[in-house]
Amino acid sequence: MATVVKRNHWIVRLTHWVNVVAVILMAGSGMRIFNAYPKFARPGETFPLNPWEGTPIPAWLTLGGWLAGARHWHFAAMWLLVANGLLYLGYLFFRGEWRDIVPRRGDARDAIEMLKFYLFVRKDHPRQGKHNALQKSTYFAMAVLGIVLVLSGLAIWKPVSLWFITALFVNYKWARFAHFLAMALLLLLSLVHVFMVLTVDPYALRAIVTGWYDRARSPEARNARPFYHLFTRARTAAPGEQPPA
Amino acid sequence: MTIDRRRFLTLSAASITGSILAACDKNPQAAQSLLQLAERGNERVEAGLFRHTAMNHVAADAPVAGPNFPKYFISPKVPVWDPATNGVWRLEVSGAVRRPLSLTLDDLQKLPRVTQKVDHFCVEGWNARATWSGVRVSDLARAAGITADAQFVDFAGFDKGYHESWDMESAMHPQTLVAYGKDGYLLTPGYGAPARVHSPVKLGYKNTKYLTRVVFMPVRNGGFWSDQGYEWYAGT
Repeated sequence: MATVVKRNHWIVRLTHWVNVVAVILMAGSGMRIFNAYPKFARPGETFPLNPWEGTPIPAWLTLGGWLAGARHWHFAAMWLLVANGLLYLGYLFFRGEWRDIVPRRGDARDAIEMLKFYLFVRKDHPRQGKHNALQKSTYFAMAVLGIVLVLSGLAIWKPVSLWFITALFVNYKWARFAHFLAMALLLLLSLVHVFMVLTVDPYALRAIVTGWYDRARSPEARNARPFYHLFTRARTAAPGEQPPA
Repeated sequence: MTIDRRRFLTLSAASITGSILAACDKNPQAAQSLLQLAERGNERVEAGLFRHTAMNHVAADAPVAGPNFPKYFISPKVPVWDPATNGVWRLEVSGAVRRPLSLTLDDLQKLPRVTQKVDHFCVEGWNARATWSGVRVSDLARAAGITADAQFVDFAGFDKGYHESWDMESAMHPQTLVAYGKDGYLLTPGYGAPARVHSPVKLGYKNTKYLTRVVFMPVRNGGFWSDQGYEWYAGT
């Protein structure tokens, strides 16, 4: 039985890697811009929600060198991010693949089962489709965060010309905070994503480069948790395996 | 076959990465021109988004920053106009105009006064509110009778040659003022006395303080921070 299937369309693979470049450029330059005023309080006010008010991001994590340089990178790379994001979301929409990541009823229960498996509470990997429920919610959250980042970015880039977008976030100060928070969450989820790919399903790297994926090596087939059964062959035929129609 | 394909992809990925890195290493000028191209494009997008009807709204009961409003100047000491050496302070409105103006502070205060509570957006990322009183730049332009050559405006002051030039559309926005008052008092030296440009439609550094000259021009002539690499348009 053929277990190697085409998993990712070239648009998904292209936009994934362009996104890696765009997010690194945007986050790096954004953090350098933040460092010019590394707090959220207006002058003379306080901002109790941020326990690190006034603490800059370590310079080695930032891009652009100085405020003006970082702003040039940020306002150039934003077009790459937006064009790439629109291509990806347009593909998901027109090909119906949004169904692979938009949460639906039962995903919460499935996510709890996945957590139980990762925490050794249950022994066998839950049945899953293309992505497990934790992956689905993560990828969905990343797409939502991307949209929040673009909207809050417009809100602080053009607080007068696009004042109605700024008003969505209450005002300039809160829009800037939302922009930062969404960036921090997106980076956190990206790190979790990279960790899980490397420790649970490194075979997915092939799928996001060439598009091909060996279902006999899926985490479900290997009963794989982080660092567990990384190189195990499928114990039996891949569960739920059906030859592609 | 699979191996060949994989090898091919690995090799091409490596060579593409390698050439990008080599290009960046040998020629940062390439990245620089790309960023300049993006800035030119962004200027057009920003001017396209700009509307005289899009205003900065600050709630009537929102507090002003008051003395916490940051002060800044480029001279080593706060610039103060000294009438003993410089004579009476005057604002010169000149360039592409039919009737050049030379206004004392009294003259300026006799022109139609606008008082507005608005945001000040600093390039660093903070914003601060103040209630500014002054004359609309558009009223000054009308009084001076600008000609068709007036496509840009340069705002220059006595703070060590500080100046910034603006596109005409932003200068003619109803919230763009030559301000002489802040929070109900005449400006103090820290905030640009006797008069300064203030507008929420441009980042703070475009708002020339210690103003002495408003020059309408057919071409733009950069500015103190724009010449050092900050965006020239810097619109909000």
